[in-house]
Amino acid sequence: MRYIRGFRDGAAAAALAKLLVAEVDPRREYHLMEFCGGHTHAIFRYGVEDLLPGNIRLVHGPGCPVCVLAVPRLDAAIELARRPDVTLVSYGDMLRVPASRRQSLLKARAQGADVRMAYSALEALEVAVHHPQREVVFFAIGFETTTPATAYLVLEAQRLGLANFSVYCNHVVTPAAIQSILDSPEVREWGQVRVDGFIGPSHVSAVIGSGPYEYFAEEYQRPVVIAGFEPLDVLQAVRMLVQQLNAGRARVENQFTRGVVREGNRKAQSLVAEVFELRSSFEWRGLGALPYSGLRIKSAFAEFDAERRFAMEFRAVPENAACQCPAIIRGVKKPTDCTIFGTACTPRNPIGSCMVSAEGACSAYYKYRRRPAPAAV
Amino acid sequence: MCLAVPVRVVTVLGDQWVEIEVGGIHSRISIALIDEVAVGDYVIVHAGFAITRLDVEEAEKSLALFDEIAGCLGEPVDALHPRLP
Repeated sequence: MRYIRGFRDGAAAAALAKLLVAEVDPRREYHLMEFCGGHTHAIFRYGVEDLLPGNIRLVHGPGCPVCVLAVPRLDAAIELARRPDVTLVSYGDMLRVPASRRQSLLKARAQGADVRMAYSALEALEVAVHHPQREVVFFAIGFETTTPATAYLVLEAQRLGLANFSVYCNHVVTPAAIQSILDSPEVREWGQVRVDGFIGPSHVSAVIGSGPYEYFAEEYQRPVVIAGFEPLDVLQAVRMLVQQLNAGRARVENQFTRGVVREGNRKAQSLVAEVFELRSSFEWRGLGALPYSGLRIKSAFAEFDAERRFAMEFRAVPENAACQCPAIIRGVKKPTDCTIFGTACTPRNPIGSCMVSAEGACSAYYKYRRRPAPAAV
Repeated sequence: MCLAVPVRVVTVLGDQWVEIEVGGIHSRISIALIDEVAVGDYVIVHAGFAITRLDVEEAEKSLALFDEIAGCLGEPVDALHPRLP
């Protein structure tokens, strides 16, 4: 299709790369964080990093909902799935993520639990309609892109009067995560991570708009460019960030004009506002407990909240000592800094969540860059 | 899971569903999150839901800009697919 292939044009990419070389200030470095794992994958798949001048560094951010789910919350989902009356439905990525004691939802399924994979959240509702004798739970994860779909699901369940359906809500919000990176000691005090600007995900902003980033672009003086997921989109966004940094500006700019407006998708936002409210604190893998960073179901919809319905409990567990996922999620380490990367931990037999998820940084490195790129001739 | 893809609407199936096409593949998605759409519209789909419309005019403007940059700088190489003929 024209609106996919057109943004993968190699000649235009070469031209953009040439422009970038002319535009960068050779006396400084540019550390740009792509928040979303989708961007990480586009960057590696198309070799975008190799087209950039050497003083532009891309830092991989925590924007992969599967990777940032805290292990105790996954353990609780597995425990729930093991109940004989429960059918647990979730997105495919979630099923393979290793929980504690090397368990996963997929292994629980092999041991007899009723765990099902869905592409669309609505499939969970269909399961509930067709199996009225089962307790059907939708294990909802994701940033703002999947939240409206879950909200719609809850409202539909209420409209249909489904008594056997509930949602285990693990939705998180993007701006809070970015702010936590900027507030983290690694960035503020230790100087381990340097982030001069952000490439923001276009699908998140298709829903929330570009407005929510304006506060911290101003407050933290870091430019943000909302970018699409095709290679030309990413290259153009890098150019826009370089231009802002050169001019000493820190604004929110929109590269993805074909799908993002400042106010976002109002209809989707109102569904989310009707069903969900912010939790005062939510635990993230790698980032710890972040204030106002996760959503829960409002008490008006308590009957559809699996956490209340099944009185779910969360028990703290130690992380695998060798796995560097928490540091990789924070941008402190690269996947290749991890001793088990590509040896004990592979996509077929993942130990950390960053290797499992199709958006994880480790899986991107494994798939496209297990070895360092050959030096330019 | 986190992919958002532009697709073309080929059939409107009531006010909640549409049939879409991308690269020859047809699928049914929900349009509950956006305002009404017509056959031939482009939408961006994510996990079975259209999350926004694709603004064709803006997309064409972006493509024209990239064409112009490529034309002006006259690069004959394909920087993204170097192994393809």
